[in-house]
Amino acid sequence: MSIFVDDDTRVVVQGITGGEGKFHTQQMLEYGTNVVAGAVPGKGGQNVDGVPVYDTVDEAVEAEDATASVVFVPPAFAGDAIFEALDTDLDLVVAITEGIPTQDMAKVNKRLSEVDTRLLGPNCPGIITPGEAKLGILPGNIFESGNVGLVSRSGTLTYQVVSNLTDRGIGQTTAIGIGGDPIIGTSFIDALEAFEADTETDAVVMCGEIGGEDEEQAAKFIAEYMDTPVAGFIAGRTAPPGKRMGHAGAIVSGSGTGTADSKIDALNDAGVPVGDTPEEVADAIEDFL
Amino acid sequence: MKLHEYQAKGIFAEAGIPIPDSKLAGSVDEVVEAVESIGFPAAIKAQVHVGGRGKAGGIAIVSDVEEARAEADRILGMDLKGYTVNQVLVEQGVDFVDEYYVGVTMDRGEGKPVAMVSTKGGVNIEEVAAEDPDAIAQEHIDPAFGLHPYQARKAVYDAGVPAEYAREVSSILSTLYELYVDNDAADIEINPVMITADDDVIAADAVMNIDEDALFRHPNLAEMEEDSYQSDLERKAGEYGFDYVRLSGNVGIIGNGAGLVMTTLDLVDYYGGKPANFLDIGGGAKAERVTNALDMVFSDENVDAVVFNIFGGITRGDEVAKGINEALESFDEIPKKVVVRLAGTNAKEGMEILNTDLVEVEATLEEAVQRAVKNAKEVSQ
Repeated sequence: MSIFVDDDTRVVVQGITGGEGKFHTQQMLEYGTNVVAGAVPGKGGQNVDGVPVYDTVDEAVEAEDATASVVFVPPAFAGDAIFEALDTDLDLVVAITEGIPTQDMAKVNKRLSEVDTRLLGPNCPGIITPGEAKLGILPGNIFESGNVGLVSRSGTLTYQVVSNLTDRGIGQTTAIGIGGDPIIGTSFIDALEAFEADTETDAVVMCGEIGGEDEEQAAKFIAEYMDTPVAGFIAGRTAPPGKRMGHAGAIVSGSGTGTADSKIDALNDAGVPVGDTPEEVADAIEDFL
Repeated sequence: MKLHEYQAKGIFAEAGIPIPDSKLAGSVDEVVEAVESIGFPAAIKAQVHVGGRGKAGGIAIVSDVEEARAEADRILGMDLKGYTVNQVLVEQGVDFVDEYYVGVTMDRGEGKPVAMVSTKGGVNIEEVAAEDPDAIAQEHIDPAFGLHPYQARKAVYDAGVPAEYAREVSSILSTLYELYVDNDAADIEINPVMITADDDVIAADAVMNIDEDALFRHPNLAEMEEDSYQSDLERKAGEYGFDYVRLSGNVGIIGNGAGLVMTTLDLVDYYGGKPANFLDIGGGAKAERVTNALDMVFSDENVDAVVFNIFGGITRGDEVAKGINEALESFDEIPKKVVVRLAGTNAKEGMEILNTDLVEVEATLEEAVQRAVKNAKEVSQ
């Protein structure tokens, strides 16, 4: 089992003819993902590595039965591309694009509440179910199929923690990067809920970072609804207030909300051990299994 | 991106929000000229990107030319929390009877903009929010429809603004929301909106922060970004296109991806060192970017040792190694010890290329950080 994606997922890549889109389509195909179509306005009829390109997502879904899209569209046009995907009745839309204006995402967020489609991201590395499907830019070779779920706001931090797990022979059911922007489609809670319901996930790693209150809310959810054990990591303990640490969402406000301490305390209160180092997170997971 | 008060007020005034008479001045003589035309009392306000300017001595109220000259001389050129004051806004002094807060920002949790009004103006609104959240009336906004006029009225009534000012304050709130949308603001606020002794309603201060990700569609605002850097290093980072934050320690940190770089900072601290900076070279960095990153960190005089941590997804280890070699081979003597850890995509190829005469190599993040902390301690002792 796995969550959100598996070997039945049929993928349309929005922006497949761009540099990033093309490269990662090749990578996804190599990993064994069913990339069935691309969608780029004005490029219908072309193909990329044998994948047929359509002018609209609608045509791609119609012709190739796509069930999910991955968005590699530049930030100025990404909001529109996400709308197009949401209006096409897909199961899942994975938005990789970094730097989408926040007010564009507020509009997307409004539309999300009206459709059944799940949005992952934006500004995220994507999602992988090892051995089955990879939607996004995660390096497939560090993952291994297994029984630990992972959800993280950050891409490279995900890779770090995954390698700490894989190095000890601990594999993953699904790993999800939810994205580092202030407004994202899938929250920690959405992912935790899905992992809790997944019979093959025996433990979960949750990697948060400073900014916002999603981690605190996730802690409450864990305490109330989860039997599956969770180990945590919070990045940004040393971040000064008022400075944006790379991710648009990673900022401790002047009044002291969004701090690492508040998140670590909330997780500890929910019975979640929080590692001081990625290695300690792997220790905690090993103890659970 | 933060706008200066005078820039924000210019935008407000154009949209019809009343502001006090004011002039921008860059020298003592210009200040004197400004107060003579505006009259007394007048306020001299430092134009720097710093909160709490008043408490830090960046605002003065003056009642004659001599005082204006003395205060202008004191404020111009002063250091306000790391920023040098080059310009002041000279403004008509306002005799006020009440102060309110009006603002619009993005509520992250809700994923919606929120309009806010409070009669507790003139103080730090985040403190009001923490101590007495009920004192701030809030209306969440559906971005598809915008702020309905009834919502603007409701926020004003809920906040307890007296009836005689309700119409004007709600009109200011509606205009603020329009400006928030038109300019892709991250937040926009007036604190305080003043009720003057003559019963006028005016914007005595103006805060406007723009979503940097939206600057591409606001070239006029992008032009205003000229002087917001706190140091030469931050300016350099801006030119190189790095996400960079300078801190006070002596261990220089370079990595890829915000979460992992933050984690590297945290580990430096955890192992007893002090991080000197956050520097994210971003995804897919080529050799030149790596060279620029090393140049940045080497040129920070606080840095005694460097840790370079890459976990490649789209970033390739061989490109990183090439960049490190190029940067270090240009020196007769390496200025600061560099510990490198490469993992992920093409890490093996990178390790083969990397000139290990010039750098120290560790296999794990934890080991790399500990070694860099030790190197920094040896230099600083």
